[in-house]
Amino acid sequence: MVKQNTTLDIERNLGNFAYPETHTHDAGVGLTEKTIHYISDVKQDPDWVREFRLKAYKTFMSKPMPTHWASKDLEAIVFDNIRYYLSGGTQAKRTWEDVPEDVKRTFERLGIPEQERKFLAGVEAQFDSEAVYSNIKKAVGEQGVIFVGSADGLKEHPEIFRKWFGKVIPTGDNKFSALNSAVFSGGSFIYVPPGVKVKHPLQAYFRINAENFGQFERTLIICDEGAELTYMEGCTAPKFNTATLHSAVVELVALKGAKIQYITVQNWSNNVFNLVTKRGLAHEEAEVKWIDCNIGSRLTMKYPGVVMKGRKARGEVISIALAGDGQHQDTGAKMVHAADETTSNIISKSISIGTGRATYRGLVHVPKHLKNCKNNTECDALLINANSRTDTYPAITVRGTGNAVQHEASVSQVSAEQIFYMQQRGLTEAQAMSLSVNGFVNDLVRQFPMEYSVELKRLIELEMEGSVG
Amino acid sequence: MSNPSAVLEAKPAVEPETAAILSGIQNRGDDKLPAWFTDQQRAAWTQFESLPMPARTDQAWRFSTVGALDLAPFVAARPLSEADGREVLERSTGLDETSGRLIFADDHFLERDALSEKLRKAGVIFQPLERAMIEHEELFRRHFMSQPATLGSAKFAALHEAFVRSGTFLYVPRGVEVQLPLETFHWLHAENAAIFPHTLVVAEELSKVTLIEHFRSTDRHRPGFACGVNDLIVGAGAKVTYICAQDWSDKTLSIQINDTTVGRDATALNLHLGLGGKYSRLESLSRLTGEGAHSDMLAVAIGDETQEFDARTLQDHASPHTFSDLLFKNALNGHSRITFGGLIRVEPHAHFTDAYQKVRNLLLSDDAEANSMPGLEILADNVKCSHGATSGQIDEDEMFYLLARGIPASVARQLLVGGFLNEVLERLPDPVLVAKLEELIAEKFARRAR
Repeated sequence: MVKQNTTLDIERNLGNFAYPETHTHDAGVGLTEKTIHYISDVKQDPDWVREFRLKAYKTFMSKPMPTHWASKDLEAIVFDNIRYYLSGGTQAKRTWEDVPEDVKRTFERLGIPEQERKFLAGVEAQFDSEAVYSNIKKAVGEQGVIFVGSADGLKEHPEIFRKWFGKVIPTGDNKFSALNSAVFSGGSFIYVPPGVKVKHPLQAYFRINAENFGQFERTLIICDEGAELTYMEGCTAPKFNTATLHSAVVELVALKGAKIQYITVQNWSNNVFNLVTKRGLAHEEAEVKWIDCNIGSRLTMKYPGVVMKGRKARGEVISIALAGDGQHQDTGAKMVHAADETTSNIISKSISIGTGRATYRGLVHVPKHLKNCKNNTECDALLINANSRTDTYPAITVRGTGNAVQHEASVSQVSAEQIFYMQQRGLTEAQAMSLSVNGFVNDLVRQFPMEYSVELKRLIELEMEGSVG
Repeated sequence: MSNPSAVLEAKPAVEPETAAILSGIQNRGDDKLPAWFTDQQRAAWTQFESLPMPARTDQAWRFSTVGALDLAPFVAARPLSEADGREVLERSTGLDETSGRLIFADDHFLERDALSEKLRKAGVIFQPLERAMIEHEELFRRHFMSQPATLGSAKFAALHEAFVRSGTFLYVPRGVEVQLPLETFHWLHAENAAIFPHTLVVAEELSKVTLIEHFRSTDRHRPGFACGVNDLIVGAGAKVTYICAQDWSDKTLSIQINDTTVGRDATALNLHLGLGGKYSRLESLSRLTGEGAHSDMLAVAIGDETQEFDARTLQDHASPHTFSDLLFKNALNGHSRITFGGLIRVEPHAHFTDAYQKVRNLLLSDDAEANSMPGLEILADNVKCSHGATSGQIDEDEMFYLLARGIPASVARQLLVGGFLNEVLERLPDPVLVAKLEELIAEKFARRAR
């Protein structure tokens, strides 16, 4: 059987590099009302945004840490040691030539430009907290699609932005959504007009490149009636010694008959606290689908949710979590049924390697007097080493007749026979293991766009290195 | 709520003179309780006072109506009048054939059917707690309240320990098999009576025994409070079947804390039937401590009107090669609510564990509510674990089939609900026990029909 080996030395080819920092705006260390004013000043926020931030700051200060249910590791976050705002001071650029040289080098290592040319309709890459590069292909722009940074969004399109901003995820939803509301910068704002189907996925890359620097991007996506959109975000971060905080808020609004698919492949370095609130609002016959892949980070807490507000709305969460040695992936999904005939589906697969811990935490809520709501939840966990850990904590509330809810979870390990079989055919144990793990998640990985699934398989292989043998 | 110490009429004043209170309660029954026991009760009272009341923000009480836990109205139970006692005895109808019976009302021992000569000679002990703690002090003390309540009710376990005055002690020596089931009755009688039924079962190596307990109220609408603890200690290779049939009045508040320790190659099966009560919380823990240990945890609850059932379970695998299987089925009518919070915990090194957990809720009305929190914590390798939770309603096609054959809708529903619940009852090894439980369930259905 698989021998125990916890001395995982994960090589991240992607993301393990950094360039000297040159920031013109720096809010300094720690969080006070002054910090909020500083951010508002630098960003030239409208008054309502400044007030929104200040109110959120008070909410953040008054809310306790959720350690009565969450990992005690949260207590290791020292809010006073974090820098809440850094910026190169550069405005979002439209052409590649305008992008500073060192930033370009970073993106080149991530392979963005080629991908952009080949597949993508637009790129919104975030270097630290400001969008430094933003481009929408002509065709998409002509269709009336708005794809800008959230700072531009709230200034240039306040009539759409204000209507939904903070409505899907209220400031006080949790301590970290309040923190994000207070200090947010960066992130995307997308509006797709009625009936427009964006053929190619829109994509944004996020990077953290300053030690002790929290990244608080805020994304708001609105798909008007009958519109369709796929959005992708990928995260890589250089390794640093001190813990870094990433706390994003992502709000999706799918109006009647709209479809939004939001894809995340996340590969934080293993000192990052990744505490993200993501929620979608699905109106009548609309569909919101989260495809979420979490690799890396010290602690990830992320439970993408869908509120199915209109009849026949549909919510889906596909989640892959890979907890390497010393990492804790606390992921899951939230499905709130708020109308008749709404359906939701959660499929979660997790892999724990070494002392890694993968947790599924879910919430399914079907309130009173709703008819024909359906939820299906499946959680599968794979344990690689003897000291690996996995947990499942679902909470399911159903009221009334006429609804069907089912939850299933299983825990297993790679079968010794499979490994034996492959070794017989000349594979090393590590290769066999890697193949098995990829097989375990394969049906989910296939749902990712092609270039992501290739990257994902590669990342899984990298994480698996040294875990056996 | 703010003053949980107002539990009993003999409640402590500002500065509790606990000793006096406790002895006051205990002397009422003219018992001569040993000093070690009353000392332990005093310590438990101090502990009860120091622990906070549960809040809904506690994970262990999530979804539970903690506001129902108002202990202020309840008073210490007193012995029954002779006439009432006789009536209770007459109404204590259980199994036709048993190896022995104990009957309690309002925490006072009423009567018993003694064990056969043969079982007594074999060393089996089946007697009221208050006698066992004197006659078998060493044995009793070793196991009495030896496991901490870890599923949220530590405060109520302390309350129980502080006020327990009656219950059952069952001891089965090595290799002895008790063929017929043993049976006990705990009745709630007086208005607002508080009782603390305790059951301690110690089954030594390779022994075998079945115990069925009935929790009932003499009046279906009289309020009462029951805070019980039952500990089962299943020695190596032993087999214990424990059934708790709860049918309190519809105004009873009850908390039942069950702790089962299953040793090497031992088999434990416990089944909790929840029929009565206004708010009934069950905390059931199975600890698998020896290789080859096997535990079945079963429960059936039928909710009507505004009844609330709250079940918390833990399948604690502390040793490799252990097996546990949990199956809870609930049928909910009216405005009833059920909360299930279960956890399978596989400790590090408890490799080669098989653990299963299944919860099925059948919602029969639009106002019924089911909350399920089936949890897993796996810290070992080579584990087979799964859990499932479903909530649904009666299958239209099945209903149609029965109606098409001329069966009235109410009967058809009852048949389908009965069939749904039957999967749990069938897991009992003895058809006599299945029949008894089915009879109790049918009585509940009949009550609803009236």
